Amino acid sequence: MMTRRRRSSRSPALVTVVTVTAVAFFSLPFIGILWRMPWRALADVIDDETTRQALWLSLQTSLIATVIATVFGVPLAWTLARIDFPGRNVVRALATMSMVLPPVVGGVALFASFGRRGIVGQYLDQWFGIRLPFSTAGVVVAQVFVAMPFLVLAVESAFRQVDSRYEEAASTLGARPLYVLRRVTLPSIRPALVAGAVLAWARAIGEFGATITFAGNLPGRTQTMSLATYMALESDPDRAMVLSFLLIALSFGVLIGMRDRWLVSALPEVER
Amino acid sequence: MRRSLLALGTIGASFLLISCASDEQAVVLRVSAASSLTGAFDAIEAEFESENPGVDVQYNLASSSDLARQIIEGSTVDVFASADTRNMDKVSTAGFVDGGSDVFATNSLAIIVASGNPLGISGLADLADESIVFVTCDPAVPIGKYSQEVLTEAGVDAQADSLEENVKSIVAKVTSGEADAGIVYVTDVLAAGDAATGVMIPDELNVVAEYPIAPIAGSKNPDLARRFIEFLTSDAGTRILQRFGFGTGR
Repeated sequence: MMTRRRRSSRSPALVTVVTVTAVAFFSLPFIGILWRMPWRALADVIDDETTRQALWLSLQTSLIATVIATVFGVPLAWTLARIDFPGRNVVRALATMSMVLPPVVGGVALFASFGRRGIVGQYLDQWFGIRLPFSTAGVVVAQVFVAMPFLVLAVESAFRQVDSRYEEAASTLGARPLYVLRRVTLPSIRPALVAGAVLAWARAIGEFGATITFAGNLPGRTQTMSLATYMALESDPDRAMVLSFLLIALSFGVLIGMRDRWLVSALPEVER
Repeated sequence: MRRSLLALGTIGASFLLISCASDEQAVVLRVSAASSLTGAFDAIEAEFESENPGVDVQYNLASSSDLARQIIEGSTVDVFASADTRNMDKVSTAGFVDGGSDVFATNSLAIIVASGNPLGISGLADLADESIVFVTCDPAVPIGKYSQEVLTEAGVDAQADSLEENVKSIVAKVTSGEADAGIVYVTDVLAAGDAATGVMIPDELNVVAEYPIAPIAGSKNPDLARRFIEFLTSDAGTRILQRFGFGTGR
């Protein structure tokens, strides 16, 4: 009892110092933005047509990208978690590679695959007249590419942790595999699914490197908030500050919202 | 376990590769240079370093507006070479130029198209064609501003499909086949070699882009910075610049 007390009163002091340093390190850049923020310009920049276009485009593309990432990512995560097939580790490495790649490299890779002269892209152009580079669809492609791994990883680990006895019980009672997946497995991983989707969305809305490389930068078509911010740095630093602030406020709000949602829905699971 | 060893091994091997390549004793001269200077400055580096043993010239290549902002925000560089006077003036007005700046090279513009010019683009007027994928830069970037001037002068309304970050990414978009045409510096067309073809812009519509260079205040090696700038205007320096297509006023 004594040793436990002493240990628990000493180590947190160090932990606290390190934690405070870490929090300071993460929050200072945002405090810096608030400090430099030209509040007077706020209304003007929000009122600006280019800002609205960029904000709208960012919201649209990132939501579409999240939906696509979820539709394709959940079955992929389930397969990775539940099916034992040769080369599973290779598939997982491929599916999560874009997390560790510099996004610009991702953009170059997208050119090689979906560009006008890419392996697939040349046929998209010749047969269907679809050109992804410099198009809004190209923005979505870039976002899905970088954001999907976040969803796959979160959902895969949740699939692994599901207590398989519930699924077995459902099967024993005559439920078909797809029914078990839909009514037993998916509901029990809902918190991870929500968290994964929100992380993927956050990554998609913040996407920069792959977008500017692959989709280009044109207001109203491919210029998302992060591109608009970068471009504003060249000509109008005040505008860049306001745009950064808007992006931060949006993402921060969503992350805080997710935290509650995640806790509220995750806690009863623990209780049960 | 084996897996983490493999991961560690990979990281370790790359460190080894890096440490073998770098020499530690060198005096470092940091030069922020407009990305259109890339090729010429690589050659300059080789020549300058062989003339000055123990000196390691390191470049920070980006659009002049990026570089100017970095310097104003406090990045430590010794020399700044800009692709236009406007960005040099920004740095100078903010008090970061040590002394004054000098124009050491000039450049002009050309249309860059895919190798062999498959679409038969013959001049600025063709850029107004909607079906041609035309990329340029934001007017805040020197090449974007110059392109706008040239197009306005020619009375051509060319709708851009993308506003790229800097002139090198315009070149990359055209040489990779994603874009059909862009307006770049004559030196970029030359540097692209066989990967692209240049279409001339007549002199009466063209601009003369002036490249100023200046030592940056607060440099740890102000003498070395001056020597580098002098080298650019020396016979050896101007020869290299001319070889890459720059005008040097000689």
